[in-house]
Amino acid sequence: MALGRTYSVALVGLNGYIVEVEADIGQTLPAFIILGLPDASLNEAKERIRSAAQNSGIPLSRRKITANLIPASLPKRGSGFDLAIAMAALLASNDVRSTGRTVFIAELGLDGRLRPVRGVLPAVMAAVRAGYADVVVAQANAAEAQLVPGARVQGYATLARLAFDFGADPQDLALDFDPAPESSEAEAEAGVPSLVPPDMRDVSGQGDARRALEVAAAGAHHLLLTGPPGAGKTMLAERLPGLLPDLGDAEAMEVTAIHSLCSLTSASLHLVRRPPYENPHHTATPAAIIGGGSGLPRPGAASRAHRGVLFLDEAPEYERRVLDALRQPLESGELVLHRSAGTAAYPARFQLVLAANPCPCGKATGKGVDCICTPTMRRRYLARMSGPLLDRVDIQLQVERVSLADFGQPAAEEDTATIAARVQAARERQLGRLLPFSLETNAQVPGRVLRGALRLGAPTTRILDHALERGVLTARGYDRVLRLAWTLADLALREVPEADDIGLALNLRQAAVAA
Amino acid sequence: MRAKDVLGRRGEELAAGYLEAQGMRIVDRNWRCSEGEIDIVALDGDALVIAEVKTRKSLAYGHPFEAVGVDKLARLHRLASAWCRDHELRMPLRRVDVVAVLDDGIGEPAVEHLKGVG
Repeated sequence: MALGRTYSVALVGLNGYIVEVEADIGQTLPAFIILGLPDASLNEAKERIRSAAQNSGIPLSRRKITANLIPASLPKRGSGFDLAIAMAALLASNDVRSTGRTVFIAELGLDGRLRPVRGVLPAVMAAVRAGYADVVVAQANAAEAQLVPGARVQGYATLARLAFDFGADPQDLALDFDPAPESSEAEAEAGVPSLVPPDMRDVSGQGDARRALEVAAAGAHHLLLTGPPGAGKTMLAERLPGLLPDLGDAEAMEVTAIHSLCSLTSASLHLVRRPPYENPHHTATPAAIIGGGSGLPRPGAASRAHRGVLFLDEAPEYERRVLDALRQPLESGELVLHRSAGTAAYPARFQLVLAANPCPCGKATGKGVDCICTPTMRRRYLARMSGPLLDRVDIQLQVERVSLADFGQPAAEEDTATIAARVQAARERQLGRLLPFSLETNAQVPGRVLRGALRLGAPTTRILDHALERGVLTARGYDRVLRLAWTLADLALREVPEADDIGLALNLRQAAVAA
Repeated sequence: MRAKDVLGRRGEELAAGYLEAQGMRIVDRNWRCSEGEIDIVALDGDALVIAEVKTRKSLAYGHPFEAVGVDKLARLHRLASAWCRDHELRMPLRRVDVVAVLDDGIGEPAVEHLKGVG
């Protein structure tokens, strides 16, 4: 029978679906047709496959090859189906033996080499979940595919070698063709200097800000830093990822899967163990931040910062709709993007750090004598960050310029490792307390739990109740203060927050400018 | 006669022999009109077969089948009608076949036959 059947994976966002590839050889004039909603790059597969097979020594049949990608209704894009289609066509002409339930994910070079593709990690995860454990990928993708537990991964350098292992006649095969490994792999090892993460020791003075950063890290609270230029807002924000604990296994897979989708190079990917840090420029569009692009939307900076830190420097300079678009992921930890080509859901549970100057000229600090901005200008500037957005930011801190007394004694400060150890301890306490509610950090605790199972005594919350009564705090703000208080207690190794913790928490929230 | 014409002529001989061996009756060869030329006209049972023969020495410039494009096929169908008109015949069953001959002049030539294309 002139029919071959293989399997591959189509990605829709981070979700993969098994795609069955059928190839049929019809006894009529030579042609190559791909069915099943291929996009332009998939349609070009025909030419890549013909040349690759020819140059590997196993030319495709000189008849009409019809490749059908099932389910037909699922739009398929990209070059990752090349190998599955090629193997199906070779099967149809009986050049190789049946490949069973093996899943093929690789692009073909004209010379017959297997090239790496994006998104191999989520694709292999989907294959294994669907019960297809045997996976063939390009050599350069093998390490990434092997990250998936339960996958039996085979990395191949060329189509000829793969065909040989599936029983093709070795006489014709170009087996001695051995392409140099993808240059990116060598680059990854040699070219990219290993980044030394910035250390908290470099931050002189700024006791309040250091403390706020530690609290933010411990409870995964969102953070707003306002202050004049040069106060060290960016410096502080850059050091937050270093304070966060390593990612757990499941989290690391989520983060690596997103990075696998986004990677522009085909550099071999390792499991991302450290929380990512995204620092987009303030001219970024909504599509760049939350995800978008033609066809199926691709993840944006917010998703790349999943389980890490999204730092928006000069936050009032961002387009308002960019900032407001972040409200949904801040609540749900997920971005669901609807487009005509389909719906993609990307996780986006990031820790938001906003930095802002106090006014357009940036000098409205202290007495603000040098500031040339009118009060209206100042108010309008900070109002660009909408109320509903700021309402979700637990810690709002004013950062002052560092004083001369604190400057110049850099060695005296605590380093990142010391603070990170306290953060780790605080996280463990939270986990112990919040596990019954299947939560992980204080920042995630919903109001009904705060005011229900974790209710504090009335004497403890008195100032808070007052603030709510006077209308200084919204109901949501009330809950935020409670969350901060819990984190402060966790850092101080106290079982339950005391009135002092509440007071301090209220301070961390209200220190923001009320210009 | 130029070399390529010699090759083509030999290919057509081989093709005709092949079709006859398949049980067809050759009724016309190299029929020409203003539109072009039919290599072989044959009868396969009740069906009129218009056969186009492509001969190559090697696969270096692609398979002979690949040289038959959509334009060529359309012309063959028009030629089929023209042949019928010319011979005042009504043949409701008509088809276009392509015969590929690979003949390197050393070994046994290989003949491949596709029925009812396009």
